[in-house]
Amino acid sequence: MTGTILGASDISRALTRIAHEILERNGGADNLILLGIPTRGLPLAHRLAARIADVEPSFDAAARCGSLDITMYRDDLAKHPTRNIGTTTLPSSGIDGAVVVLVDDVFHTGRTIRAALDAVKDEGRPRGVQLAVLVDRGHRELPIRADFVGKNIPTARSERVHVLLTETDGEDAVILSDGKSSDGKPADGATSRQGSAE
Amino acid sequence: MKHLLSTADLSREDAIRILDTSEQMAATQDREIRKLPTLRGKTVVNLFFEDSTRTRISFEAAAKRLSADVINFSAKGSSVSKGESLKDTALTLQAMGADAVVIRHWASGAADRLAESSWMRGAVLNAGDGTHQHPTQALLDAYTMRKHLIGAESGPGAGIDGPTGNDLTGLTVGLVGDVLHSRVARSNIFLLHTLGAKVVLVSPPTLVPVGIGAWPVEVVHGLDAALETYDLDAIMMLRVQRERMSGGGNSFFPSPQEYTRLFGLDGDRMRRLPDHAIVMHPGPMNRGLEITAEAADSPRSVIVEQVSNGVAVRMAALYLLLAGEEGGE
Repeated sequence: MTGTILGASDISRALTRIAHEILERNGGADNLILLGIPTRGLPLAHRLAARIADVEPSFDAAARCGSLDITMYRDDLAKHPTRNIGTTTLPSSGIDGAVVVLVDDVFHTGRTIRAALDAVKDEGRPRGVQLAVLVDRGHRELPIRADFVGKNIPTARSERVHVLLTETDGEDAVILSDGKSSDGKPADGATSRQGSAE
Repeated sequence: MKHLLSTADLSREDAIRILDTSEQMAATQDREIRKLPTLRGKTVVNLFFEDSTRTRISFEAAAKRLSADVINFSAKGSSVSKGESLKDTALTLQAMGADAVVIRHWASGAADRLAESSWMRGAVLNAGDGTHQHPTQALLDAYTMRKHLIGAESGPGAGIDGPTGNDLTGLTVGLVGDVLHSRVARSNIFLLHTLGAKVVLVSPPTLVPVGIGAWPVEVVHGLDAALETYDLDAIMMLRVQRERMSGGGNSFFPSPQEYTRLFGLDGDRMRRLPDHAIVMHPGPMNRGLEITAEAADSPRSVIVEQVSNGVAVRMAALYLLLAGEEGGE
């Protein structure tokens, strides 16, 4: 079942639904902070924040959105060539006492989120941490689950999930390819998210 | 990058990568919890054959902020004072499992010798070897200049969107004083040249190295002449290293008073710099000799900030050398 799994309109609908679910779960947007995990979690966090602001006009999308780089918290640094460190920017109010929603594109082994939880812990003490992902492809290696999921995609371990976003790749799509052939494999950049340790 | 030995080995891309990584490291140092788990389980040895305060403490702080274990080794009070060679010291460190060695040595080339030998496997970071190189000092100087001058409101760096990802093209940097004995000057000259800045050496003829013609620099013999000829964006006062001078300096210039009169930075000369220019010094300062208190303590002085930037730059160097897979890149 390889090929394009989600198109632009599917992604848009999923994000709108997740935005409403976040609001419903937290009884509004008070105290809510969205932190995107670079690279592709970041534009997703901005899109979710914009949708939340559509529903709750008092929500300042730009001020409540941030970026959380997890490179220095990874448990597989010694297994890859040296990675460049991304930017972490938090809302000026900090995250103490807030509800932090982590946003990422693909939820796979759970190791990225494990690292993100450690990074959050070093930035402050939020009241709660929730997880929103566009795609859950299974194969968890840690006892971590997502609170909000755009789409569950059953995959084989060898398959690869490529998330393309307009902000980073020029188009919106989620593509499943079998790991061995290069068919349907998008251009450079997208491949970096496909490591087996995702 | 396996070792960090000399700024002459660094490509423009390597240098910018180190500076960009330093920015991210510096950002983590504003937080409540400044310690990162990144180098947990790695061992960094500070091997210091020469006295040093800020460099050793800076490397130690950098390694500890990244959760590496730090072993401090100073030649005083060690087997070196019993006559142990660099080789045997290195073999000992290898046997103890050092992942990186930060070496400061009085002999030029000591770090290179350690890196190219098969005595130990770990990364070698040169923290100053004789009168040869001190790459992390040059990197922290370049970081400080980039932060203040690239993307600034005025000067040649104005109109650029910010420091990140950029080099130092368009800047003119003055290095003033004892270039002959200065590894800081040598490291800075090559790094600044790689990053596209113009370097002006302001130095008495006796303190300019032989063969200077081959270096990418212009030389002026007097600070007043330099201030007239060039619009310096940054001025770096070098320490007069009397401990390295035979005859305590008297064989290189007639008297400290004359040196101060011709090459010292005082308030008057500082005011003749362009408004955006910054005043730098690698430390430790000889106040009253190469720089007056008025210049050293003025708002344009970034001397104290250089020290805190040093920790971020050394964190970046340790990260880039140690975090990836062994033998990676």
